[in-house]
Amino acid sequence: MSVFKDLFRSKPKYVTVRPHKQGDKSEKKEIPGGLWVKCDKCGNILYSKDLDKSLSVCPKCGFHFVIEAKERIAQLIDPGSFEEMDANIQTQDPLGFPDYLQKLYKYQEETSMKDAAITGKGHISGQPVIISVIDFNFMRGSMNTVVGEKIVRAFDRASKEKLPVIVVSGGGGGARMQEGVLSLMQMARTCQAVERHQRNGLLYIAVLTQATMGGVYASFASQADIILAEPGALIGFAGPRIIEQTMKQSLPEGFQTAEYVYKHGHIDRIVARPWLKETLAHLLDWHGR
Amino acid sequence: MANITVLDFEKPIIELEKRIEELKIFAKERNLDLSDEINNLQTRAEKLRRDIYSNLSSWQRIQLVRHPQRPTALELIDLIFDDFFELHGDRLAGDDEALVGGIALLNGEPVTVIAPQKGRDTKENLERNFGLPHPEGYRKAIRLMKQAEKFNRPVITLVDVVGAYPGIAAEERGQGPAIAEAITVMGALKVPTIAVITGEGGSGGALALAVGNRVLMLENAYYSVISPESASIILYRTDSHAQEAAEALKIGSRDLLDMQIIDEIIPEPLGGAHRNPEAMGRLLKESLERNLAILRGLAPDELVSARYERFLAFGKVADLS
Repeated sequence: MSVFKDLFRSKPKYVTVRPHKQGDKSEKKEIPGGLWVKCDKCGNILYSKDLDKSLSVCPKCGFHFVIEAKERIAQLIDPGSFEEMDANIQTQDPLGFPDYLQKLYKYQEETSMKDAAITGKGHISGQPVIISVIDFNFMRGSMNTVVGEKIVRAFDRASKEKLPVIVVSGGGGGARMQEGVLSLMQMARTCQAVERHQRNGLLYIAVLTQATMGGVYASFASQADIILAEPGALIGFAGPRIIEQTMKQSLPEGFQTAEYVYKHGHIDRIVARPWLKETLAHLLDWHGR
Repeated sequence: MANITVLDFEKPIIELEKRIEELKIFAKERNLDLSDEINNLQTRAEKLRRDIYSNLSSWQRIQLVRHPQRPTALELIDLIFDDFFELHGDRLAGDDEALVGGIALLNGEPVTVIAPQKGRDTKENLERNFGLPHPEGYRKAIRLMKQAEKFNRPVITLVDVVGAYPGIAAEERGQGPAIAEAITVMGALKVPTIAVITGEGGSGGALALAVGNRVLMLENAYYSVISPESASIILYRTDSHAQEAAEALKIGSRDLLDMQIIDEIIPEPLGGAHRNPEAMGRLLKESLERNLAILRGLAPDELVSARYERFLAFGKVADLS
């Protein structure tokens, strides 16, 4: 009997992939003193300065750490060319949601940002672009009226000045619950702004980074002419835990990673961070000719 | 009205109605004149009905729109339109039965109707996947919207959907991009678009069908970025505070009209649409005709820009500079 039992005991097809809990997984975990950082993927202890030089990619295993919007802009935009737009707009707390403003002010203090997106005009290898970057550190990069408004204004300005748009999404990217249905409306507004920009024959490139989910993925982030993604980034509509609960089934290995989504035909290319600026510069150049 | 599932907060009404019935039988059997007592009780029952149904909390309204006998999209379509010719398939991968669409006649005028479809019982719900669409559903909707534009037909959507289906296959086939595409396409249509939130307006899966020139809402329906249960889990780490979450999220028709997210509330028959589906159909039809008449006066480009402006208004922020 045991012979048969073994014969039929196939290896499980799927392994359960726990979603990265950004807070404790992919953020740079600094070891006191700030000199050393532990890589969450390979566990190696890395010298902070080395990690800065490698654009926050683990030199040992290639793991892409989540980076702040400011750091992203510094990596992509030519030094001295960045001019921030709408830095001082802030939410009006449209629902008067319990405890929201206190929370918001705390994040503003911690990040010295007014909300979860930075937008502006700058150059990538000498070519002018409008760029918009979503930041994980501000309420997990969730989309609210301010993030939506900034993205709409960015696309509108790009339409007016006939400029390409680069959006770097990430950080989580659901709609922000505390602004309720008004957060939801940002999905419609941003799609409309993208549509207007595209109707003018202008280029829009999206760079999907850890993590581009929910309302952001189901609106402007998936509507680009060219969609790039960073290795390992989680990309999808429904969160992995919700899918697991609904289907009562474990998820395939690597489910919703950039590599998985690429295999299913939803993104054009996976580009590792050290080549991202160069890749964008190439594409901008070809579309500018 | 027999066999209608009774919700907890409706029990006092039902008990009173039962007593009236018993009294009537008793009077008849004993040949007694109890008409004064009966009238008295009926007046009380009427007052109780009004008191209860006109002071419903957000949570009670959610119970009403989740009522198992609430008219489904196909039932409403049957009540509103003269005729309906269903069209199937997304021309890519399949036909999603959780979302129906086709051509219908509204007072003799052809319109395209698109709607998520819940089942009426367990068997139907399994076939309809509980009205939770896959990407094929949204791609079918996109196809029908473009078809409507080609033939200059207005698009009417009836939206009662908990959300887009969260599943492995749905993700693999691009649930996010399908929703984004539906939002984009509906937003740019050159024909009149009217969306009616008829029950549950669940997040992106509902918005994908609700980028209308006019967004109408049945009185008891809700429209939200997140279900009250999920919001409760995030806020309190348990779903037992869903009632408070429902209030805080402001997802009912009154709040949404105040915020101008919707343009009009379509009243429901006392006690909810399921208590008088025919009356519900008439009220819906009247509102659709009236709103469509307004939109028919607009040129194609005006429809696009009016819709753009409508949604643009939802970006009010404070400028501190």
